[in-house]
Amino acid sequence: MLNIHLFAQRLMYLCAEIFAVMPNVHSVRNGLDLPILGAPEAIVDGHLSASVYAVRPSDFRGLAPKLAVKEGDRVLAGDILFTDKVNPQIAIASPVSGEVARIERGEKRKILAVVLLADSQTSYRSMPAGTPANREDAIQWLLSAGAWSLIESRPYGRITHPEAQPKAVFVNGMATEPLAVAPSVALAGREEDFAKGLQVVGLLSPRTVLSISANETAPALTKASGVEIHQFKGPHPAGTTSVHINRISPLNKGEVVWTLNYQDVVVIGHLARTGNLKLERVVSLCGTGIAKPRALTAVAGAHLETFLSAEMKPGAYRVVSGSVLTGASVGTTGYLGYYASQITVLPEGQGTDFFGWVIPSFGKWSISRTLFSWLTPSKKYDLNTKQHGEDRAFVVTGLYEKVFPFDILPMPLLKSMWSMDLEKMEQLGAYEVVPEDFALCEVICPSKQELQKLAEEALDLLYTEMN
Amino acid sequence: MKFVQNLFDATRPAVTTGKLKGLYPLHNALETMFFVPNHNAHSGAHVRDAIDMKRTMVTVIFALVPALIFGLFNAGYQHHLAIGQIESGWANFWTLENAMYGALKVVPMIAVTYIAGLAIEIYFAYRNKHAVNEGFLVSGLLIPLIMPVDIPLWMVAISTAFAVLIGKEVFGGTGMNILNPALTARAFAFFAYPTYMSGDKVWAGLSNVDGVSSATALGQYATTGSTDYSAWDAFLGIIPGSIGETSTVAILIGAVYLISTGVGSWKIMFSAVLGALAMGLVFNGVADLMISPEQQSYLAVPFYYHLVFGGFAFGAVFMATDPVSAAHTERGKWIYGFLVGVFSIMIRVFNPAYPEGVMLAILLMNVMAPLIDHYVVNANIQKRLKRAQTVQA
Repeated sequence: MLNIHLFAQRLMYLCAEIFAVMPNVHSVRNGLDLPILGAPEAIVDGHLSASVYAVRPSDFRGLAPKLAVKEGDRVLAGDILFTDKVNPQIAIASPVSGEVARIERGEKRKILAVVLLADSQTSYRSMPAGTPANREDAIQWLLSAGAWSLIESRPYGRITHPEAQPKAVFVNGMATEPLAVAPSVALAGREEDFAKGLQVVGLLSPRTVLSISANETAPALTKASGVEIHQFKGPHPAGTTSVHINRISPLNKGEVVWTLNYQDVVVIGHLARTGNLKLERVVSLCGTGIAKPRALTAVAGAHLETFLSAEMKPGAYRVVSGSVLTGASVGTTGYLGYYASQITVLPEGQGTDFFGWVIPSFGKWSISRTLFSWLTPSKKYDLNTKQHGEDRAFVVTGLYEKVFPFDILPMPLLKSMWSMDLEKMEQLGAYEVVPEDFALCEVICPSKQELQKLAEEALDLLYTEMN
Repeated sequence: MKFVQNLFDATRPAVTTGKLKGLYPLHNALETMFFVPNHNAHSGAHVRDAIDMKRTMVTVIFALVPALIFGLFNAGYQHHLAIGQIESGWANFWTLENAMYGALKVVPMIAVTYIAGLAIEIYFAYRNKHAVNEGFLVSGLLIPLIMPVDIPLWMVAISTAFAVLIGKEVFGGTGMNILNPALTARAFAFFAYPTYMSGDKVWAGLSNVDGVSSATALGQYATTGSTDYSAWDAFLGIIPGSIGETSTVAILIGAVYLISTGVGSWKIMFSAVLGALAMGLVFNGVADLMISPEQQSYLAVPFYYHLVFGGFAFGAVFMATDPVSAAHTERGKWIYGFLVGVFSIMIRVFNPAYPEGVMLAILLMNVMAPLIDHYVVNANIQKRLKRAQTVQA
């Protein structure tokens, strides 16, 4: 009798596990962890030091910059460099203190970059430290500190409007992009800031969700308080905010959620603790073009030239601010992006391939089984930037689905984007995606379609028409 | 290799800026065939999969090779058998004479198809200022394989031209067509030159030989309700028929290759087989209700025989799976494939004018595929709308 009692108790515990805990564990089946060499060592080693910094308006989707400084002005870290013409409340802060060296302009005097000559010692525009009392306070405090740009909103994936009423805030505590630094590594030593940041973020909406990897060990993440924790397992894009929202509380028309990366929460937490807006992140210095791939700290907008000249191997490489999937090619003389947490240096493709489309080759990687890479699933490749073929019409179907773990039909959605059919886009789930969600589809597309660009243009149009 | 590159480099000015501008698509097509160009990813993701359209298409061509080789031997074998030169049996199958006969018939057909089709493709590439798409590389090999061996070459050329022009280019070229181009070519030949596309003579090169004939199994079924050929022979493929369609074994090898590389949709192949079996089973069940004894006996044919006779296997593996003209959604592929199977057997058994139903079944389903996709896509839309309504309520 006793045994039966015990058994029943165990069963109850099990049921409790399944019904209470399991809903917060999500498995992502469709996706792809790119088999790319050049992973960073899991230690934070060093700081990316630079004397020149630049903030580029193109880092902020949909923002039309209105300058708040002119050449020769002195700024503190946290001072506003430019604001959005449409929503002047959205302001972009300087990551460093120093002098505005020049405003780089392009065609039609479009502002390309605000270039700053940094002081050797950063001075901050001091804000009152401490946690705001309520939602309104928190929003005002973030706005006046210049930290508002850290909060992105969905749909569209742009800096959010302060008046919006989000149904939830999603904090992404994962990093599944190729060659990213594990959050446990990046958070080491910053636990206090992170916890403080979550407190502030928790004021912004009725529901705060923190998504972490199912294998996460860092207590800062697994034991985070005041948030709803969800675990995700599976290949990339399991660690993207779009997937998290889609699985936890999918976006319907008219709804808004705000999203942050865990490193942005650290910045906000640091601000609350010290009153200083320190736009410093742990950045993955990775790729086969780097002599010693590792994690290091870097301030947003840092000039990469001097630093990379010491870190890069000789040869023809592409420098990407961000990951190989979604980053921007900035060149060896470029700047780190405002939000970037990766510097990927990968080889540029060189030369033509003699009968490269038919000769069986063991050195090339493909998700299809038309090459031999499927025989060695754990092998990693020194992937270069070669397109491996020319642009073609859509022919193959059923392929994108393999790396697109949404309850969305990728091909019909992309075709509606192509024909700029706004109604169809809306119906097929355009509010639930950002251009980056199509990165993996773009990688595996045999027709070499430029899907991120397509989605970006289509979502821009949708935004313009809806607002 | 270096020499070839130099040749292309030397001739490039002439076709880009010089007098021979019209030949640029041809130059580009040839050059990119020899050398995958050194294009690097310029927007979006910085690395790309090593597969491209050329490799996708050449995979299908590889998958067709077993059926093609078997077809060469079988063409000669059926011819020599019909005119009484050889006895039936495997000993007389894999012979040089058979291969030579087949090659002399089939190779010119392949050449004519490619020349006619590619000439039009290159013209449209020039006219619409895009590169030559690879789709025709597959269509150009499929067309000869689904023709009777005796069809005159000029008919092949005209059918191919019709397929490329009306079947594909008027819709906007590769990727935009509604109908499978190869089947469009066959349908054109079938209705324009019926005497060359059916009957007892055309399958074994007997047009100019009096007094002998070589009927296909389905032809016999349609007239008498039974056939002289065993299902085993049909499975192996030593029966008369279109060049590539007879050997189920050779087609299966191709199917395994297509599925294992992931280039062909197993969903379509599998559901087409299911559909054919289901229809065959239904016919077995209602065979007694038929009026004529021939019909009764045809309907009573064991349902799985339908998989090995005629062009069903070839159609299900190589034709129905054309990604452009098939259903585009994964759920739609199940419905599409199943109905291809059902209609193939239905037309085959019931329509006295068409001993084989695969061609018309697939063309019909090509037309229906957008409708199937429409409902699958709509289901996704409705689901999203419903989700939004639940939230509002």
